[in-house]
Amino acid sequence: MAEHEHILSARLYVIIWAVLMCLTVITAGVAFIDLGPFNTVVALVIATFKALLVVLIFMHVKYTSDRLTKTVILSALFWLMLLLGLSLMDYGTRHFV
Amino acid sequence: MSDSLIALEHPTELQHHFADMEQQKSTSTFGMWLFLGTEIMFFGGMFAAYLIYRRWYYNEFALGSRSINIWLGTINTMVLICSSLTVALGVRAAQMGKRKLLVTLLLITMVFGVAFLGIKGVEWYQKYEEHHVPGSSFNASDLVSVGQKYGVHINQAHSQIYFSLYFALTGLHALHMVVGLGIFTVLTYFAWKGKYTPEYHTPIEIGGLYWHFVDIVWIYLFPLLYLIDRKPFH
Amino acid sequence: MATAVVTTERENYINSEYGIRSWLLTTDHKRIALLYLLSITFFFFIGGFFALLIRLELLTPAGDLVQADTYNKLFTMHGQIMVFFFLIPSIPAVLGNFLVPMMIGAKDLAFPRINLLSWYLYIFGGCMMLHCIVTGGVDTGWTFYTPFSTAFTNTKVIEAGLSIFIVGFSSILTGLNFVVSIHRMRAPGLTWSRLPLFLWSIYATSIIFLLGTPVLAITLLLLIFERAFHLGIFDPTRGGDPLLFQHLFWFYSHPAVYIMILPAMGVVSEIIPCFSRKRVFGYSFVAMSSIAIAVFGFLVWAHHMFVAGISLYSALFFSILSYLVAVPSAVKVFNWTATMYKGSISFSTPMLYALGFIGLFTIGGLTGLFLAALGFDVHVTDTYFVIAHFHYIMVGGAVMGYLGGLHFWWPKISGRMYPEAWGRLAAAIVFIGFNLTFFPQFILGYMGMPRRYWQYPPEFQVLNVFSTAGSTILAVGYLLPMIYMLWSLRYGKIAGDNPWGAAGLEWKTASPPPTFNFDETPEVTWEAYNYDEIPMPEEVSLER
Repeated sequence: MAEHEHILSARLYVIIWAVLMCLTVITAGVAFIDLGPFNTVVALVIATFKALLVVLIFMHVKYTSDRLTKTVILSALFWLMLLLGLSLMDYGTRHFV
Repeated sequence: MSDSLIALEHPTELQHHFADMEQQKSTSTFGMWLFLGTEIMFFGGMFAAYLIYRRWYYNEFALGSRSINIWLGTINTMVLICSSLTVALGVRAAQMGKRKLLVTLLLITMVFGVAFLGIKGVEWYQKYEEHHVPGSSFNASDLVSVGQKYGVHINQAHSQIYFSLYFALTGLHALHMVVGLGIFTVLTYFAWKGKYTPEYHTPIEIGGLYWHFVDIVWIYLFPLLYLIDRKPFH
Repeated sequence: MATAVVTTERENYINSEYGIRSWLLTTDHKRIALLYLLSITFFFFIGGFFALLIRLELLTPAGDLVQADTYNKLFTMHGQIMVFFFLIPSIPAVLGNFLVPMMIGAKDLAFPRINLLSWYLYIFGGCMMLHCIVTGGVDTGWTFYTPFSTAFTNTKVIEAGLSIFIVGFSSILTGLNFVVSIHRMRAPGLTWSRLPLFLWSIYATSIIFLLGTPVLAITLLLLIFERAFHLGIFDPTRGGDPLLFQHLFWFYSHPAVYIMILPAMGVVSEIIPCFSRKRVFGYSFVAMSSIAIAVFGFLVWAHHMFVAGISLYSALFFSILSYLVAVPSAVKVFNWTATMYKGSISFSTPMLYALGFIGLFTIGGLTGLFLAALGFDVHVTDTYFVIAHFHYIMVGGAVMGYLGGLHFWWPKISGRMYPEAWGRLAAAIVFIGFNLTFFPQFILGYMGMPRRYWQYPPEFQVLNVFSTAGSTILAVGYLLPMIYMLWSLRYGKIAGDNPWGAAGLEWKTASPPPTFNFDETPEVTWEAYNYDEIPMPEEVSLER
């Protein structure tokens, strides 16, 4: 449990911030280009990438030696998928009969 | 705790039931992460409703999404990202024991937070003027005529479901922002008092975790609510 | 016994401070446990009062005692109070609060002030619920099904929903406190494989608290918005889907069944090895089955919706998954019985409750498998078969476990022994009263008597009379422990630190424990349930 604090450089934070800002502009811009069904895919991929940057760098998850934090995040996401997946299973198969 | 010997050994910030600062810190951080896990499930219920109705009523969701001001949404996303940067830098200032820098960064963060809520208010007011607030005065006839122009049928009741989810999601997100501002007010006060040192700044850290989490929720709300269908009609 | 009298005069968590302030502002987990004990007992008797009114109405086929509207409110209030204000907080908030820090060898829970906050949230929600009851109540059934709850009923849905929303946060905070404490506050040497099984159960329960309760919270919030503003999220006339409400509601409320039964399983896993004087059989299987129940519990919710109009394919899938939960549950039952095999069993009061638990839980669990089967479920949905099934789990299981645990740890909580003969008598009365109340309901349901009606055809009367008679016996069985436990506070025999000769850290400190539980942080060098190394006290062995 003993973990020495990483003090990250301010430069890294600013770089991550710049990337996040650029991605925001990109995701808003891409929405105006017709990619068919891939508009949603691109938007969600960019959002997930942004979220990952925030979690890993800003929230220091990349630098923590504590596996518990990652376990908590992954199990919460797993449970979210259970909720979404199993309810959508009903909605997705209703018209089969 | 009355034992004076123990009191001598204990730093003042260390609560009686912890063995050392390390344990106290890892305990509080873990507690915050668990809480954020429950928050994911809290928003998860609304995401489930969103997914189902977006599938069912795609046209209503698409046109409803178009009617929201994308500029305000994009600027607000950027405002939140800036606030996340200042929070991250604030935690760093606390780690290094720079009191003045910490207070300044916390204050800037709160300015960004208030700006976000202000812009959000403008956006909501636009919706109010367009009668897009769900309830007895809801009226989406403007969206119906837009739909006719492009040859899609719009059911006003289904539009109302989109706006219900829009207001529920952005409203609960804004509520989290307000709570965050409350937390940060307290943190700023104690930071100004010089309570946080390189050895003890756990509250700054877990307050920061909360703020980043609210930011992440918004990172998803932005494409889900604002960018459903912005591409030009053929 | 003269020495024992002297030990009671040392400072403990009860006599360390006096005055109402010292209780209402306490952050001591043991005092908070007692606050919970008082408050949930209060709600238990309110919920029980509604239950008795229901049974009295059903004594005769005609609707003569109350009108249909009142009857609807009675069963709704009975359900909401028993589920949200008694069963869910019962073992976690009372025994869990009292025991978790002691079992892990800590001075307190990780966040003592948040622990107190969760009691205040409970009380705040409870007062709202009481206000809701005295000003008119709710008639939707405890499940709040839409669109009835949002578009039709004119009872106080919003207030009841808000009160449950608030108690929900109380349980989230309790669960969070337990998980963090079990991870971070364990005494040196207390590895995961040495944890008492009660803690494994509480840990699994807390996972459900943390990941399930927020979904209930948002569901109730959407319900409240829907009712207040007619949004259309759950209203079919506006394009909404009432089944979405059921999906979200049962995503929490099915796992909530495991919130009620898992802690009781934990209590039984403590009692059985102690009164069999044996190591628990298959420790790691019992521990892991708790986690498995918590996880599988989230995969089965739609079996409450088989006749509601969900897709046939997803019904099939949920039916199969529902059978899965039987596996870890059966693992537990087999391991408990295997623990007793060739043990030197003494039939003390806690053991009687534990044995009752095993029998009743098995019946409740097996009838649950009937209900997981699609064809049979269609036949008995919304009949008394379902009522009997879940009462076997919740009353036969959870309440038996709660009472067993309360008796088992009463010497630790109060420092006094309850009168053993009265204890056994009460346990027998509860067992008989319970079966007389609920077994006839299996038959009634199978014969087709629907739930939630205030009248019924005369041919069902005989079994209903049995059931009502049983419920009065059950009421006596529940009142008795309250009386003799209060009596024992003053007149009971001094308990001593470890009257049962039980393993576990909580028995290694004084009874009642000092404010910080242990004089110095204990170090654990032994495996869990080392009953082969602990002699049985003479008094317990006399009770064989």
